[in-house]
Amino acid sequence: MTMLPSSTAKKLGLVIDLDTCVGCQACATSCKEWNDAGHSAPLTDTDPYGAAPDGVWFNRVHSYEVQTPGGSKTVNFPKSCLHCDNAPCVTVCPTGASFKRAADGIVLVDADKCIGCKLCSWACPYGAREYDAHDGVMKKCTLCVDRIYNENLEEAARVPACVAACPTGARSFGDLGDPHSGVSALVRARGGYDLMPEQGCAPVNKYLPPRATPQITQAPLTRHGGGIESALLRWLDKILT
Amino acid sequence: MNPAYSIIFFTTAAGAGYGLLTLVALYALAGDAAASASPALFALGLAGVLVTSGLLSSTAHLGHPGRAWRALSQWRSSWLSREGVLALACYVPALIWAWQLSRGTDTAPALPLCSAVLALATVYATAMIYASLKSVDAWHLTAVPVNYLLLALASGAVLWLAIRTWMSVATLTDATLTAALIAAAGVGKWSYWQTLARLTPRSTLGSATGLGTLGTVSSLAWPHTEQNYLLKEMGFVVARRHADKLRRSVVMCVGVLPVGVAMLSGLSTGLVASLLAGLAVVTLAIGLVLERWLFFAEAKHSVSLFYGR
Repeated sequence: MTMLPSSTAKKLGLVIDLDTCVGCQACATSCKEWNDAGHSAPLTDTDPYGAAPDGVWFNRVHSYEVQTPGGSKTVNFPKSCLHCDNAPCVTVCPTGASFKRAADGIVLVDADKCIGCKLCSWACPYGAREYDAHDGVMKKCTLCVDRIYNENLEEAARVPACVAACPTGARSFGDLGDPHSGVSALVRARGGYDLMPEQGCAPVNKYLPPRATPQITQAPLTRHGGGIESALLRWLDKILT
Repeated sequence: MNPAYSIIFFTTAAGAGYGLLTLVALYALAGDAAASASPALFALGLAGVLVTSGLLSSTAHLGHPGRAWRALSQWRSSWLSREGVLALACYVPALIWAWQLSRGTDTAPALPLCSAVLALATVYATAMIYASLKSVDAWHLTAVPVNYLLLALASGAVLWLAIRTWMSVATLTDATLTAALIAAAGVGKWSYWQTLARLTPRSTLGSATGLGTLGTVSSLAWPHTEQNYLLKEMGFVVARRHADKLRRSVVMCVGVLPVGVAMLSGLSTGLVASLLAGLAVVTLAIGLVLERWLFFAEAKHSVSLFYGR
């Protein structure tokens, strides 16, 4: 049923730290690797070694430049499904293939019901859904639903593949509906925010802004004073000039 | 947005079919003699062909056309599902009405009335599929369903005029009504473009990334070097370069030309009138396809923001 649940018991999602993300693509490639054999497998590639490679990815890392008053800053920006509370991709689905789980808030596609009309991908303002032309169905991030509850994995490994792969700890996974969870504390501490709040989707995933770059200032050399060390530097400066 | 040909054909052909059905129904309700005789039967047949071929074509872009029946289930939330349900429901009164026309029996007014209501509701539902999407600024407007309804009525009217002219039952009043409906559709489309010109984008790259609070954001590097699904489906940009020229062509073909030709047809008789009515149909058809192509190709989806577009 493509009616959204009025509330979900949990709000499982990701918190992505734009300050520590180095844009290494490990999250994107590990996502591709896990999910190519996971719940929505395969993530079909077409012409992978040819002139125009194309394929389904659930996670893509953009890079942006931000011109700030203190200079320009490069921000790496991983983007995947935000598992929105008010997910328009779910309500537009004519078949009931697209749904949001009442238990944990994960937005999934039932591939057996999907007719491949692509309307959900139009409704998502974030471009989180990608159509698999080979399978004729829509695919999307599952929040690694086949990892996070997987009792065959060690408990520490029961996190989405992207979170497990991140070498800088820029990705955190948890229940954003629980104010006492680690991710909720992180969002509070760092001023985590929603992407495109004006679209009214109420995304669960949150982004942490880059920290302000410290302004490093160097004390200028003075002509007098500063002891023997400064006198030595002044002498060196004179010789070298 | 990518202008898929199957969707352009579906929305224009089915729109014209539903418009024609509505026009004949309104004539029948007004007690017009031709609307309870062979011109009406022919018109209902043509409407049936247009609607059915349109609906079939709309399944052509599906990944799994065989599962299309599932689309009837989610009418509580999905405009696409509502469109499917209404389209099927519309067949019921229209087919009974056509059957009665073919047997020459009297028709209860409820049949044309239900046909017209369901036909217009289907066109409205089609338009709402697009108008309900907040992610596309150019679509999330009241003008969108208004345009779809006016264009459906205009294209239906021009077909109905052509049929009446060929069957020698057309009057100057029919031509005037047709010209008025076409003019209304043309003005509706023109005012839609005025609205677009004044539109402030709902989202920006700054709000999409949330980095706008820090400064001016620009895209430095994409996640991929080649095209992907998102760019092919939602990042279609070709039309914007030619938009002005195409808009002028639409105004000519959807507005000016068919209005003039329809009126000339109304003022002529015999073969000349029929040829002119046929010419009005052809120009409007060309204009409608252009208009629908532009409707998709000009619409910018918010995902393009992430790509710095």
